[in-house]
Amino acid sequence: MTADTVLSIPPYTADDQDVVVELNSRFGAESLTLQATRTGMPVIWVAREKLIAVLTCLRNLPRPFVMLYDLHGVDERLRTQRRGLPDADFTVFYHLMSIERNSDVMIKVALAEGDLNLPSVTSIWPNANWYEREVWDMYGIYFSGHPHLTRIMMPPTWEGHPLRKDYPARATEFDPFSLNLAKHQLEEEAARFKPEDWGMKRRGENEDYMFLNLGPNHPSAHGAFRIILQLDGEEIIDCVPEVGYHHRGAEKMAERQSWHSFIPYTDRIDYLGGVMNNLPYVLAVEKLAGIKVPDRVDFIRVMLAEFFRINSHLLFLGTYIQDVGAMTPVFFTFTDRQRAYKVIEAITGFRMHPAWYRIGGVAHDLPCGWDGLVREFVEWLPKRLDEYEKAALKNSILKGRTVGVAAYNTKEALEWGVTGSGLRATGLDFDLRKARPYSGYQHFDFEVPLAHNGDAYDRCIIRVEEMRQSLRIIEQCLKNMPEGPYKADHPLTTPPPKERTLQHIETLITHFLQVSWGPVMPANEAFQMIEATKGINSYYLTSDGSTMSYRTRIRTPSFPHLQQIPAVIRGSMVADLIAYLGSIDFVMADVDR
Amino acid sequence: MNWLTPELIEIVIAVLKAVVILLAVVVCGALLSFVERRLLGWWQDRYGPNRVGPFGMFQIAADMLKMFFKEDWTPPFADKVIFTLAPVIGMGALLTAFVIIPITPTWGVADLNIGILFFFAMAGLSVYAVLFAGWSSNNKFALLGALRASAQTVSYEVFLALALMGIVAQVGSFNMRDIVDYQAENLWFIIPQFFGFCTFFIAGVAVTHRHPFDQPEAEQELADGYHIEYAGMKWGMFFVGEYIGIVTISALLVTLFFGGWHGPFGILPQIPFIWFALKTCFFIMLFILLRASIPRPRYDQVMAFSWKFCLPLTLINLLVTGAVVLAAAQ
Repeated sequence: MTADTVLSIPPYTADDQDVVVELNSRFGAESLTLQATRTGMPVIWVAREKLIAVLTCLRNLPRPFVMLYDLHGVDERLRTQRRGLPDADFTVFYHLMSIERNSDVMIKVALAEGDLNLPSVTSIWPNANWYEREVWDMYGIYFSGHPHLTRIMMPPTWEGHPLRKDYPARATEFDPFSLNLAKHQLEEEAARFKPEDWGMKRRGENEDYMFLNLGPNHPSAHGAFRIILQLDGEEIIDCVPEVGYHHRGAEKMAERQSWHSFIPYTDRIDYLGGVMNNLPYVLAVEKLAGIKVPDRVDFIRVMLAEFFRINSHLLFLGTYIQDVGAMTPVFFTFTDRQRAYKVIEAITGFRMHPAWYRIGGVAHDLPCGWDGLVREFVEWLPKRLDEYEKAALKNSILKGRTVGVAAYNTKEALEWGVTGSGLRATGLDFDLRKARPYSGYQHFDFEVPLAHNGDAYDRCIIRVEEMRQSLRIIEQCLKNMPEGPYKADHPLTTPPPKERTLQHIETLITHFLQVSWGPVMPANEAFQMIEATKGINSYYLTSDGSTMSYRTRIRTPSFPHLQQIPAVIRGSMVADLIAYLGSIDFVMADVDR
Repeated sequence: MNWLTPELIEIVIAVLKAVVILLAVVVCGALLSFVERRLLGWWQDRYGPNRVGPFGMFQIAADMLKMFFKEDWTPPFADKVIFTLAPVIGMGALLTAFVIIPITPTWGVADLNIGILFFFAMAGLSVYAVLFAGWSSNNKFALLGALRASAQTVSYEVFLALALMGIVAQVGSFNMRDIVDYQAENLWFIIPQFFGFCTFFIAGVAVTHRHPFDQPEAEQELADGYHIEYAGMKWGMFFVGEYIGIVTISALLVTLFFGGWHGPFGILPQIPFIWFALKTCFFIMLFILLRASIPRPRYDQVMAFSWKFCLPLTLINLLVTGAVVLAAAQ
């Protein structure tokens, strides 16, 4: 029943209808409404009364849907083009993933404005907890049976539900913000941790527990992340991670930006990922528009994405070793990152946030001499990686700190929605670049590093090996870079093709509209997931036939990874928690969006 | 001029020497902060402070100015008396321990016949700095740091003392000058007391709370631990105190195991101070290199290493030394 028994991942089947047949035979075709989308998976509407039965069934099917990949909502009240779909003011969708089928299914539930209630699915998938809290926070949809339904992104004192369409999106639509002493104290009091609220005891049989507030400003919290520890001495009895300090409302912003002008915002989701973040977004938009990009674009995109994977992993490596107390390697990995940035800067003109991919292509062609720079980097890094392995990763103190620390197995990883290196460290060979190739990854020859203990040490070793594999991919890009255009020839690309604008007035008008308003994407839904630097990142776009996205759901890997912390770290020491946090490799911008 | 007796002159000279040594040690301690940063920078492929004055030499002056003018803030929730006492102990204990160290045949503050014991007493006191700071700060991170410090001290002081008993048994005296003279006549103790040296060095690092035994302040875990609430000069005293600890432990290592002011094989006996200074600098560098190179073990692993490895090793060393001394006497 679990993926422990999976030996190989079957080839990916988009729109796998098996699950629809299975559900039809179980619940009858009349109780399910199918929605045709470009998401690459069956999208099935079910009634609220049947929701738990359907989800339980999917969880327990032969070849089950083990992972609740995503759960969020949509405010449908302003939709204009949703013919043939059940009436809904609000929708909640459940995106489920099956490893054994290597396919997905999306279940949707329609809700009426006056009755925003749903049963909680936390008993089926434990990681539904935070997702349901976020849906409550953002839409005000109540989940009955949820263990702790409170706000997660917004402060507890917040009024309103930000992702609702009637909630303003810009500061100018609000009264000017002011903070007086009384308000300050109110906010501060609201942030105070009360163990009773979380069902925690202040004292055990023979001892009083200490509640230690680690963060939101702590050198090892990797950003504004707060975790409250219930300690007996230095042993962690329980803990409560608290996120939301880095929340910028990226999903709300997407509803006020044109399809094109949202690209720079994606760079800042996982701010170490750079153009890696552009990739799922532009791929999803291209699915909406029906654009097929030239080979050269795929190769350029893959090469830059792998550069950023290396860059992110190098930062991980340095800080991870620093988290277990060795101060030196981080300076060396930053030197290497500098080298990578030299190449990235020469190609894209920016360093951290190039926002360089475009709908239908990339911003520019590769500059003259790019191959020399890339080759220099590809020759530089392997020696350094060997050195890190020898000097730091084989150090017995480092091993003593991380081997066997914060270990979890494949079953637990899937239950908590863990993806990326954290999942592969448990021995499951699931890398989207192989399992569901996108953007031309099927053309490349590389391996997926695996480990078997699923502990803090394995997660690190895997990432070091992944850097070597990324170098292999970059080398192949270097050798086999195809000739051709760097942009698809399609009217919906951005910026739109301009060559013929000065010849026909009609072309000029179209071009003017495309540039000033931005392209209009056909009403539909599209979805793309990629193997990002920290796990699986995906964009689920809903277009209502406008120049802006109607709903942009950004599913980031770090969010479930942090949710898993208490389940993994109970019973360990404070120092283990630090090593564990380092090994997760998260950034708070990726968690809070 | 009958009040100017030879005794008085001797006393005045001794006091002057003591003041010079005191100043030298404190200045060394303060300078070390600059030296450490430059060395770390060098090893870590970066510059370190190099802007103030030639080679950044005046960085230390800039730092001191900053520290003096910083607000000397005492948290309202702290226990004020103990909070103020802690940095005094932190700087004072190991500074006082320096008095027993004979720098050259003619220079040295006190020639105590219980020399080593006096050092043990001061090393034992120095933990109170951390303990008091952690307790009086009324801060949970500081408290955890203090807890770690006391556990670590209990574990490491045991064999800190035992590690030197081999030397005491061989020399037959606690007096530092006797120990140096004995080494000049026989072998330096680094050879017969090699295991004693290893364990004393480890314990010495632990006493100064230097990496990898910086458990009480463990930046990545406790965010500076016991001195988290300190600012300005009080924090500065902890800071300089740590470096003075390094100087003292390094000088002790030189005196006890590396022949003090003597050169190797008795060469160049005219420059005792140079020999002493060179050897001490070497050990100071070693302290800094340790910090630059290795990760920090977990706190229970530190305890286990102490009780399960170092303590048995010192006991065996002591037993063997005792047997050898007995056999030689018969």
